[in-house]
Amino acid sequence: MAGSIKDRVAVAGMGCSKFGERWDASMDDLIVEAAYEAFADAGIESKDIQAGWVGTATGSTGMTLSEPLRLQYIPITRVENACATASDAFRNACYAVAAGIYDIVLALGVDKFKDSGISGLSDGGIPGPGHSMMAGAAGPPPAQFAMLATTYFDRYGLSYAEGKHMIGRVSWKSHVNGARHKKAHFQREVDMDAILNAPMIAWPLGLYDCCGVSDGAAAAIITTPEIAKSLRKGKEPPMFVKALQIAMAPNDGNVNTKFDYTHVEATVRAGEAAYKEAGITNPREQISMAEVHDCFSITEAVTMEDLRFSPRGKVQKDIESGYFDLDGKLPVQPDGGLKCFGHPIGASGIRMLYEMYNQLQGRADRMLNKGQPSRQIKNPKLGLTHNLGGGPAGCAIFVGIVGLEGV
Amino acid sequence: MVGIKSYGAYIPYRRLPRSVINAAWGRGGGRGERAVAGLDEDSISMAVSASIDCLKGVDPKTIDAVFLATTTPPYIERLNANIVANALDCRRDARNADFANCLRAGATALLSAIDAVKSGALKNVLVAITDMRMGGAGGEDEQMLGDGAAAFLVGNDGVAVEIEGSYTLSDDMVDYWRIKGDTYLRSWEDRFGRDAGYTVTPLEAVKGLMKKLNLTSKDIAKACIYGTNTRAQAGLVKAMGFTPEQIQDPLLDNVGNTGAALTPMILVSALENAKPGDRFLAVNWGNGCDAVMFRATDGIKKVGERRGIKHHLNIKGVLDNYGKYLRWRDMVALAPLSRPAGGGVSMSAEWRERRSGLPLYGVKCLKCGTVQLYMRGSSMRAHVCLECQAKDNFEPYLFADKKGKVISFSHDYLGGGIDPPATRTVVDFEGGGRGLFDMVDRDPEECKVGMNVEMTFRKVRSAPGSNVYFWKCKPVRD
Repeated sequence: MAGSIKDRVAVAGMGCSKFGERWDASMDDLIVEAAYEAFADAGIESKDIQAGWVGTATGSTGMTLSEPLRLQYIPITRVENACATASDAFRNACYAVAAGIYDIVLALGVDKFKDSGISGLSDGGIPGPGHSMMAGAAGPPPAQFAMLATTYFDRYGLSYAEGKHMIGRVSWKSHVNGARHKKAHFQREVDMDAILNAPMIAWPLGLYDCCGVSDGAAAAIITTPEIAKSLRKGKEPPMFVKALQIAMAPNDGNVNTKFDYTHVEATVRAGEAAYKEAGITNPREQISMAEVHDCFSITEAVTMEDLRFSPRGKVQKDIESGYFDLDGKLPVQPDGGLKCFGHPIGASGIRMLYEMYNQLQGRADRMLNKGQPSRQIKNPKLGLTHNLGGGPAGCAIFVGIVGLEGV
Repeated sequence: MVGIKSYGAYIPYRRLPRSVINAAWGRGGGRGERAVAGLDEDSISMAVSASIDCLKGVDPKTIDAVFLATTTPPYIERLNANIVANALDCRRDARNADFANCLRAGATALLSAIDAVKSGALKNVLVAITDMRMGGAGGEDEQMLGDGAAAFLVGNDGVAVEIEGSYTLSDDMVDYWRIKGDTYLRSWEDRFGRDAGYTVTPLEAVKGLMKKLNLTSKDIAKACIYGTNTRAQAGLVKAMGFTPEQIQDPLLDNVGNTGAALTPMILVSALENAKPGDRFLAVNWGNGCDAVMFRATDGIKKVGERRGIKHHLNIKGVLDNYGKYLRWRDMVALAPLSRPAGGGVSMSAEWRERRSGLPLYGVKCLKCGTVQLYMRGSSMRAHVCLECQAKDNFEPYLFADKKGKVISFSHDYLGGGIDPPATRTVVDFEGGGRGLFDMVDRDPEECKVGMNVEMTFRKVRSAPGSNVYFWKCKPVRD
């Protein structure tokens, strides 16, 4: 590997729209909402942006960004990598700054799904390259991820009740965290009984095992460490990028007998590469907090093992004991995650970074819902974000690590 | 000697008790049950299932023609037999043909196959007869009809059942019919068909055949006679002079009237217990009558175990819900789906996969030996080995005939179409390789990691104007 991104770029400002079923907002409204929060946070104007990366699963071309912001003839790249879209837009923007080509760039992720008239995502089979007999065969995402649960329960000897409770506990925690955040899609705690007895979406996943499909946008201003420090002088410190890794699976889980359907190998690969890049040897101890891709409760559970937060086959104990709760040793999804903060595909990766940024700066409570206890994690140093674009059998995995300067 | 070398049959898994139909319409009673093709089955898929049963141990590349006979062809312009032939992995230079529009289409196809082999033009002909006619909701036909298929391999070597002769009468006697655009059967006053047709013409045909072959009713081991209902059928058989022991059960109580496939299915049922030298009379009815005489040879002992009628009668699950039946047959205006189903129809993509994806070919890597499927939404043909990354260094490897074990599954209530849940299943095959398939003919409660499944040819999608056929898996039940 030729080089490392560690501490070569920093985030000087971030913004994030309110997530949810934004019947009130167009895609362009969401972009403006997130971008202008980021501009104000960094103390810059749109004319200071030298290049842009826009991540979206549904928009097209860089004009997705230039038109609503009226950016004037700067280079903009549209990025798409399923649920890892925003993280990949961020990654490419970081590389451009690290390469010394630009000083200040914008990475923004956005998607607007709730004008489609359906719940959830469609089953694929987008016209273009033709449909083989397999088009749509995997079913929508819940059916694909449910298989992780079926096989995980079977392999590790969890009864249906034990397994169902374990994944239910994941969602319960996300609802506790989401209830505290003003910008989250779902801001309501849900009791375990409701979670366990909810209607099935794709057995064994019930309604509360599935994340929300939301509208939203999130933005980051990426620059050099020097400019970041100068822009944020007298304010909270900038966030430094420690690792950016993508692992693209060969998408062979449904045809390769070696794929065990109890873990996601691409997460292991991207995670290990990121740990190496950031110089981390014991993630369970060294990572302060994480936002991982909890598109479904079972995805978060196996991701804890794939990232070495929990020993293989033993995540049940950590989940049930509250290890990943907001007041646990390693808080995961402090903002409610995809489950409760919401999941506008192309925005989620930068939304995760937005939570890391606010927690690292010690200002997580500026978005606290009235009457809720603090959501600020104590003295976080390093945060990890993770996206899974695709299904368990084949996916684009992003793992990023961010932190304070000098950590 | 020209005759039948092998036979097979198919009865769909679900059986709808006639009492369930009656209960739905506020009526009591109802004798027996009828076979109901699944939501994803049609005349093509059932023909493939019966043909697979018939071709156990037969190399499909030896087949010179596939004759498909049905009054319910899914396509009225597009050779339905080609889809069956491709699913079975038959040769491209096979002389495939559809025989349609008449309940005797199966007999005509069989006699044509015999003539073609006799003439020397063709050596081996697969004849698949399949039907799923529909009666309007609440009517008598809906109760009496059934869905099913039979298949015969006709040739001149290794013959198990010789054909001694046939006698055909062609009459434009119309008791049942459908005109262009009709989904459900139309029928004339029932006594007309019975008194001027069904109880008269078959007697003439059988008499003619017996005279031609110089045989009497005593020479017959089993009479396989078409019938619309048990009583009428019994009356006709009696009039023909057969004793109760000579009558092969007409399957009307437990399968239903399977139209063009009925006499062929009754014949398969008779052949399952045949001894060398046994004679079988098959009588097909519809716009005339065909009487055909078969005689088992010593070769009958060499036809291996088939699911045929005997086993398929036991491989069943009760459909205790008339609403589901209406839904499967598109007989009610359903609430719109809350989400569109995935995938569409692409004739060009289907054409590319007609000899790779459709017969469920994967590949075996010639470098490392790994067998594998390639299952992408846009293509089913591998170029680079998933194990050793060698490029285009493969030989074809067929998965359709392999059994497998379930590695994982989920019951999809969200994208399960009009009849949720769809059971998405990952299958590891005996001999290597893995694939993702829907599981059908199962109760969700019986699904387990590690259960044994086999492949079955079905419709995987139906878009306005066309169907997409492919393979699913189902529990092994024998």
